[in-house]
Amino acid sequence: MNWGSWLLWGFAGTVVLTSILAGSQGIGLTRMNIPYMLGTIFTPDRDRAKFIGFFFHFVNGLAFSFIYVAAFHAIGRSTWWFGALIGLVQAIFVLTVALSILPALHPRMANEQRGPTVVKQLEPPGFLGLHYGIRTPISVLVAHAVFGAILGAFYVIK
Amino acid sequence: MNAEVPKIQDYAVIGNGRSAALVSNRGAIDWLCWPRFDSAAIFAAILDPKIGGHWSIRPAQESKTSRRYIDNTNVLETEFVTASGKIVMTDFMPVTSEEKKRKLLWPEHELVRQIRCEEGEVEVIVDFSPRLDYGRAAPKIKNNGQLGWKIDIGACVFVLRSEIELVRHADSLAAKIALKHGATISFSFSYSAEAPAVIPSLGDSITEKLNLTINWWRDWAAQSKYRGPYERQVTRSALVLKLLAYAPSGAIVAALTTSLPESLGRDRNWDYRFAWLRDAAFTVHALYGLGYEDDAKAFIDWLLHATRLTRPELRTLYDVFGEDPMSERELPHLNGFAGSRPVRIGNAASDQVQLDVYGEVVEAVSHSFGENEKLDREMQKMLRQCAEFVSKHWREPDNGMWEYREKRRPYTHSRLMCWVALDRILQMAGRGQLRKIDMKKCEAERERIREQIEREGWNMKLETYVQASDSEEVDANLLLLAYHGFAEASSPRMQQTHARIREKLLPRPGLVYRNERSLDLREGAFALCSFWEVDFLARSGRLDEAREFFDAALGFANDVDLFAEEIDPQTGDALGNFPQAFTHLGVINAALSLRDAEARAANLDRQSSL
Repeated sequence: MNWGSWLLWGFAGTVVLTSILAGSQGIGLTRMNIPYMLGTIFTPDRDRAKFIGFFFHFVNGLAFSFIYVAAFHAIGRSTWWFGALIGLVQAIFVLTVALSILPALHPRMANEQRGPTVVKQLEPPGFLGLHYGIRTPISVLVAHAVFGAILGAFYVIK
Repeated sequence: MNAEVPKIQDYAVIGNGRSAALVSNRGAIDWLCWPRFDSAAIFAAILDPKIGGHWSIRPAQESKTSRRYIDNTNVLETEFVTASGKIVMTDFMPVTSEEKKRKLLWPEHELVRQIRCEEGEVEVIVDFSPRLDYGRAAPKIKNNGQLGWKIDIGACVFVLRSEIELVRHADSLAAKIALKHGATISFSFSYSAEAPAVIPSLGDSITEKLNLTINWWRDWAAQSKYRGPYERQVTRSALVLKLLAYAPSGAIVAALTTSLPESLGRDRNWDYRFAWLRDAAFTVHALYGLGYEDDAKAFIDWLLHATRLTRPELRTLYDVFGEDPMSERELPHLNGFAGSRPVRIGNAASDQVQLDVYGEVVEAVSHSFGENEKLDREMQKMLRQCAEFVSKHWREPDNGMWEYREKRRPYTHSRLMCWVALDRILQMAGRGQLRKIDMKKCEAERERIREQIEREGWNMKLETYVQASDSEEVDANLLLLAYHGFAEASSPRMQQTHARIREKLLPRPGLVYRNERSLDLREGAFALCSFWEVDFLARSGRLDEAREFFDAALGFANDVDLFAEEIDPQTGDALGNFPQAFTHLGVINAALSLRDAEARAANLDRQSSL
């Protein structure tokens, strides 16, 4: 295990992944704001939520990159395309499983069976995150593939 | 019982905060879309009695019908009195709190019909004829034995459970049963998108659901702080508004239906099962006015979320999750309500330019935040974007709030709402809630809009404000110049405009056309405009006239206090989509204005007598 390489490229991959998702929101591809979504687990304050969520997302990125690195060690090599492949698998998992169970885990997210009671809350992401814009799956797939490709290309197995 | 096809006002509505159904006073469910308001209908007989699909439960004999909502609920009771006895049918969609739902395994959507015989003996006919995709296909109804009847559609399943034996006839289920005094039978129709589907229980479980539902609606109605004139109608309007709200996102759709005609037999038939930004300011004003802060805040959150992808430009309407509505298309297989073709789904107004929506959104945000409340960065960013957009584009022609599809025009109301946008932004900036705003620029643009309205929106010859700079006609929305604080209701210009509106747009007491084109289009009087008139009279201090007009307008509601979009001045029949949020918002806001005006008048009286 090359700890220095993991920390460096895990961090770099997370920076790029976060930037792609934030950029997708900025140019109107998706409404999904991952730091906001994660941060509101801890606070309803929109500004504070984004800050906390940003930090939380980085920790997540590093944690997930550890799994990528473990996979590289398991097959004995790291390449950009293998990293991208793991990224795509992770993105598919996020879109189909993680987002659909998120309303059950997130204290401030509605589910689609909610009602008529309303409280100020987050909308559920829906299947593939489509409630956050029909191009949401594209940005999630691209961001995770790039994340995996960076790790695969630059992580050095020792 | 009347054997004719039901009129629009013959319907009442039940729902669960995510979907709703129309129940006719003949005992038929003629409109139901699951799982969402804008999903394809499984019962659409209101748009074509022959092929739309329905679920009818009624006495075999001729009967007299009356109905009511159980007090302060959306649980409907229809009473049928025949020569041999009396039955009461209770229709509802079960609802309860989220806490209680966690302990109960309920289907995602359920509609319950319970019939009890209260006198004598009555033979009851049941006809369950669902049709898929707005009547385009007859479903395969499978007998699932003790577990009821099942309709599988892809990953979704509909389940019908009944306490009596049903017989299959082609694509329908039917039964004929004699109910004796004291007998009760129940039906449950449900929808599940997840397997295994929940099979709802009957028997005592129905009574439990009914009690939970009644209690939930009563608790919600009791949250209203409104005490004032027309309390019954205001409460009903609030309950209707709640049925039009989509709880998972906080959106409020304009109406439950598509293509109920604005003019019988003609083509002014539109799909209203989406959320219009145009309604935003009225919605927030009404919800806060009644004390429903949670609902208002959920709506504001939806507004912020829905507009995220299109800002700084705002669309006219969005679906319940903020997406563009499906593209508009016609359903030629349906004959339409009373032969009013075409039936349309989707709405092309989403592509229109309506500059008034900026004022509506900013006014809604301004109203929803207290003077000392902090606006988060995203809200501030949205307001800055609105200020910039309005400052740049307010001079441009648009389609106007009535969404005319021909050439864009310089509508006075659109400019009024641009003025409102800048005015409220300046107020928030002045209170320190909004930073990085170019106040001088906003003030200058606001003043230019005012000058433009006073110069070009005012017709010197007719001595009235006019619908558009290039127009010699009045529009009822000019009354909103006073509502939004642009002009005092008592000002000479507003009084002259009001007099002109009364002269040109009032076909009979209690009714107001939206503008002078309404007669050419052979459309009905626009029900919301009646309540703008009440509001204006109240603001003018003409309280007796306001009450008189309010009474007359409310006289056009149906027997359970529901309004459609329009009213036929000749027959008094409801026209347009039903029930209509805009009209019920009008009822609430007019009552709030009247209450406040009466309180002001009483205070003045007290002070003058001291």
